[in-house]
Amino acid sequence: MGQKMLMKGNEAIAEAAIQAGCRFFFGYPITPQNQIPEYMSKRLPKIEGGCFLQAESEVAAINMVYGAAGAGARVMTSSSSPGISLKQEGISYIVGAELPCVIVNMVRGGPGLGSIQPAQSDYFQSTRGGGHGDYRMLVLAPSSVQEAVELTQEAFDLADLYRNPVLVMGDGLIGQMMEPVEMPERKPRTDLPEKTWAATGWEPGCGRDRAIINSLYIDPAVLEKHVNHLYEKYAAMEANECRWQEEMTEDADYIIVAYGTTARIARSAMRKLREEGIRAGLIRPITLWPFPAAPIAAAAKHAKAILTVEMSMGQMVEDVRLAVEGAVPVHFFGRTGGIVPTVREIITQVETLAKGGH
Amino acid sequence: MAVVYEKTKLLTDKPLHYCPGCTHGIIHRLVAEAIDELGIQNRTIGIAPVGCAVFAYDYFNCDMMEAAHGRAPAVATGCKRVNPGNIVFTYQGDGDLASIGAAEITHAATRGENITVIFVNNAIYGMTGGQMAPTTLPGQVTTTSPYGRDPKLCGYPIRISEMLATLDGPAFISRVSVHDVKHILDAKKSIKKAFETQLAGKGFSLVEVLSACPTNWGMTPQESLKWLEQNMIPQYPLGIKKEVE
Repeated sequence: MGQKMLMKGNEAIAEAAIQAGCRFFFGYPITPQNQIPEYMSKRLPKIEGGCFLQAESEVAAINMVYGAAGAGARVMTSSSSPGISLKQEGISYIVGAELPCVIVNMVRGGPGLGSIQPAQSDYFQSTRGGGHGDYRMLVLAPSSVQEAVELTQEAFDLADLYRNPVLVMGDGLIGQMMEPVEMPERKPRTDLPEKTWAATGWEPGCGRDRAIINSLYIDPAVLEKHVNHLYEKYAAMEANECRWQEEMTEDADYIIVAYGTTARIARSAMRKLREEGIRAGLIRPITLWPFPAAPIAAAAKHAKAILTVEMSMGQMVEDVRLAVEGAVPVHFFGRTGGIVPTVREIITQVETLAKGGH
Repeated sequence: MAVVYEKTKLLTDKPLHYCPGCTHGIIHRLVAEAIDELGIQNRTIGIAPVGCAVFAYDYFNCDMMEAAHGRAPAVATGCKRVNPGNIVFTYQGDGDLASIGAAEITHAATRGENITVIFVNNAIYGMTGGQMAPTTLPGQVTTTSPYGRDPKLCGYPIRISEMLATLDGPAFISRVSVHDVKHILDAKKSIKKAFETQLAGKGFSLVEVLSACPTNWGMTPQESLKWLEQNMIPQYPLGIKKEVE
């Protein structure tokens, strides 16, 4: 499958997962991610050892993921915002039990039932843990269908490497639009640890310890030690997995920070602004956690101002402000409720800054 | 000297944390014996619940997973689908299975998921200190039904075995008790039969075991066994509710 194909984002993510060795999918219908379970239901039964199961709820789906991951499989589930809220209990347990899996969130407008249109208003939920307890997850935010393919495939490796769930977070547009993609088969990284911890059947003398997949540590001292161990992994993720893309930041007076679909709109705005003679640049976080604070802080040193653009009322902007530590003003522009910002709106925001306004 | 009785190797040496007179220990023993006798230790995966049996992973001497409250059938489903050659069982109480996990157990049953469920019904939430369960009897006093369970206010006890037996998916459903030796031996037969059902690939099997909770019922162990016999069995009739040959 090396040639270019025109694929819808959701279907491309599903095929990418299969090419990365995902053989188990448990999910529940919710718009705008339905093409992922639908595609999996078509493909997985035709692959040896593959299994698609439509769960009775999001809650059940994530717990099926727990069981499958605990048995050592590459496994995925997908949903959209309200469904991801339901999965939070299970995600917390998966983190606690140190199980690898991939979760896709095609974010829609909220709160509540919200809308079915694209949004980025789950940023807090995704980057602050989401469920109960002290934890983090790698959050990968593609801004094209091709990048969604690549990040989904890498997500399986990263999940296995750190024994932690990885969240692929697209706004609804990433899932719904069609773009040409290359779909490589992707063999797992060769440096991944063997899953000797998986529950696959044990007896005395079989060569490993009895597997106990568990997140309960009733002794506070033991739980603290366990959480410290989790945070050692998160420190390693912060050191090794932070990703971002910078464009024209070297000489930029005004730096736009945006991710996902919003970053593409911001890129168009940045180019138009350059044509007008306004030196604009773009920093696009690819990992929302760990957040690329260092490059944003570095770029802020020579910029006049930063504009964060999101499809929310301003969530990532808090991380941008933390990153620059007051070195330059950080402004925010956002549309929410499922409304996608326009190139024109972003240009106007930067023009206003350039005129000394805001 | 000939050994006539010994601890099954399917239980670890970890001392059980259960209260004096609690029948969880007997039920653990029956499940462990069944696994041992069927020679399936090396491919059995147990799923522990949230509730009194939350530490079951410390006791059953096989690979174990600890599930979130009520989710054991979903966890078992994921585990079994990955390795269909494994024998997967859940061990759940009545709060876990019949209340917060009602959806998971119902859908695992109707899918005919090829797993075995040991459902321990003691008509109360034990671990959290004796609150009303979905299985609490009408009039029964608990810490959240201090005037006795009033069906007008909070409905009637749920008969899980009969309910699930109406579905097409399950292959074997039975309700047993452990209040005396005769019934303990019957319980053992049903538990073994449930595992055999899974081994034969027939589909979902569940054994509901009526169990005593002297601590939270506020009784001596002897009184609690008598209370189980006299009050629980009329509400929860024993017997095989469904069997597919």
